[in-house]
Amino acid sequence: MSAMSNSNWSRRSIFRAAAGMAAAGTLAACGGNNGRGGGSSSGKNLVQYFHAYGEAGTEQALKRYAAAYKSANVSTNWITGNNFESALFAALLTKKAPDVFEFHPQLQLVKSGQVADLSDIIDPVKDDFNPNDIKSHTVDGKIYGIRMIDDPQFFYYRKSMLEKAKVDVPTTLDELLEAAAKLTTSKVKGVFLGNDFSAIQNPIIWSAGADTINDKNEIAYHTDGVIGGLKQLRTLFTSGNVLLDAPTDFWDPSSLNQGLCAIQWGGMWSMPAMQKALGDDLGIFPFPKIGSAGKPSVYNGGWSIFVNAKGNDVDAAKEYVKWLWIDQKKYQEDWATSYGFHIPPRTSIASGATKLKTGLAAEGVKLFTDYGHFDNIAYDQTMQTAFADVIASSVRKSGNPEAALDTCDKKVNVELKKLFG
Amino acid sequence: MSTTTTRGVARPAPAKGSPARSRRGLRGNPTVNFWLFTGPFLIGLAIFVIVPIGWSIWLSFFDARYTVTPSHFIGFDNYKQILTNSGFPDSLLTFTVFAAFIVPTTWALSLGLALLVNELRFMRAFFRSVFFLPTAVSYVAAALIWKMSIFSGVRFGLANTVIGWFGADTIAWMSNPTPPWYWLVIVTLRLWIQSGFYMILFLAALQNIPAELYEAAAIDGAKRGWQTFRHITLPQLRATSTAVILLLLIAAYQAFDEFFNIVGQKATWAQTPLMELYKTALGTSQDYGAGSAGAVILSLLICLVTLVQGKFMGFGRGEDSK
Repeated sequence: MSAMSNSNWSRRSIFRAAAGMAAAGTLAACGGNNGRGGGSSSGKNLVQYFHAYGEAGTEQALKRYAAAYKSANVSTNWITGNNFESALFAALLTKKAPDVFEFHPQLQLVKSGQVADLSDIIDPVKDDFNPNDIKSHTVDGKIYGIRMIDDPQFFYYRKSMLEKAKVDVPTTLDELLEAAAKLTTSKVKGVFLGNDFSAIQNPIIWSAGADTINDKNEIAYHTDGVIGGLKQLRTLFTSGNVLLDAPTDFWDPSSLNQGLCAIQWGGMWSMPAMQKALGDDLGIFPFPKIGSAGKPSVYNGGWSIFVNAKGNDVDAAKEYVKWLWIDQKKYQEDWATSYGFHIPPRTSIASGATKLKTGLAAEGVKLFTDYGHFDNIAYDQTMQTAFADVIASSVRKSGNPEAALDTCDKKVNVELKKLFG
Repeated sequence: MSTTTTRGVARPAPAKGSPARSRRGLRGNPTVNFWLFTGPFLIGLAIFVIVPIGWSIWLSFFDARYTVTPSHFIGFDNYKQILTNSGFPDSLLTFTVFAAFIVPTTWALSLGLALLVNELRFMRAFFRSVFFLPTAVSYVAAALIWKMSIFSGVRFGLANTVIGWFGADTIAWMSNPTPPWYWLVIVTLRLWIQSGFYMILFLAALQNIPAELYEAAAIDGAKRGWQTFRHITLPQLRATSTAVILLLLIAAYQAFDEFFNIVGQKATWAQTPLMELYKTALGTSQDYGAGSAGAVILSLLICLVTLVQGKFMGFGRGEDSK
């Protein structure tokens, strides 16, 4: 305030200052990183959003592919932190929305007109894709996204630790509980299911012989088998044999690599890092079956590429997506196998991916094929959040699973009604 | 101390620009000068505060998912949903309990620190700075230190190492809500960050109490210590206490950062009202309508609490110029 109360200030100097500030504001608006990259000869600029993959070299790889594209300037926003969804969705509402982004198939994105129909670029090579990856992106006969990578999730275990404790690889959830108890020592916890257990929220449904929602888009997870599974998980959670509040979550190989646990839930992407740290002292198995009606399951997650239908130049974006994720098979293979391990959704690439042909990687592919469950486009984030609350209140808290599932049903039914009327 | 609250303290300053219009150097039309000085601030206020509030209210009556320019009017459905089919009412309850605990605790701790520092004969500036420094730490950074280093669930986390010396088993401080150890993590963090700032406020107020009052009391036979504290210090701090309690209350309702990082969103307990709104509007479901409805309800509640508190404790009346 002292400068302003100086009586020597004249009106003119104030206007001059005001004009200066206005000019500064204009200049500031011109500068800054607007995410659009520099000028290009073709004049087309595209922005793509990716979450930060944990494996070294992934960001550089993605930027390398983008730089090789000649028809437009593609700049990459690499979103670090664990809130990719928030950053992405917030950006999609603005004028600086990404033209191309990766996400999971979500019916809501299709219904709200957020993602563009990509049928015309996928159709010619449709037969080359894993049919499940086509199905999970199809709504009313139109295909809305291209699967880039399939990421099966299963259990990793330290062979030496199981041998030492004379424990067989668990085939039922009961056996997993027993194994966890036998494997737990003063330094090592038996099993790690992620810090909040939400990573296994789908596998416990499938392993109990149920499903998330059925073909008629009705609730299918509310079964006695699932309730039994939730009760068993509660026993496991309170047993003291499970690793909790670990420095890293399930998607990071550190807990198993550093010997904090003997068995860890994880994704196939972690396999190279685990093999590097543990060598041959590593095995995998699917989420074991729950109850008599159950069967083992593997969650075939993954990431898909979408085109923002509300973007500035949808055609240019589609052209780029076609170029990279349909035509450039070399890049697609590099992306799937050179950093973390992922399964290429295209048969022609998967069959040539030598790294996935032998050893543990081949076993991973087998689990993916034999026990894998893919995303259901209609089982959206709101429903998944509702089921995550079931895990929170009946596994981590001592709530009644039946009541928790009833609460979940209420939320899921509201959502189903919004989506399907 | 969240940044929003700090802004609240600092914000009135530009308004004082208005006396400038009567200055000798500014001979022009006072109205023009008034708008010249307040204009930029008013424009900012309109763009960043008033328009968003209006927009929120408008959104709360629409089916606004994945969009902030909805077209489908649904009346009070969003209010119904957020009040009956979400964690929002629970979060309000949780936070009333949290506020009822954290507000008096922080108040007492800050006042205690201020009294101690005020009594110091030397190194007062040093201790004042030491206690104030944590205010400069961001909640997120502190939450990560608390979470990954001090209260990590592995056997070599600081807290687990310490209890390990006494033969206790490791504790999952944050994942396992029974018993609710996560409150220990959150409360210690908040006290560490906040107390220093409010200590400074109390310290300033303490130094403003005229020494004559204590002299007069001593002549009247009051003993130093509890008697003078109870009958002179505390009443003299009334205005500051009111302000501090109000700020603490607002800060408690605005709690987000440390809960978001320590408890996380995949829990059904210890979800603050803002976390619930964040999950609803900006999380994966992108329901701006229901989120806005919750925000409107929360704003009304905060207004109500402030008014009630002002009525009972006299905030904003003449005395607080002290």
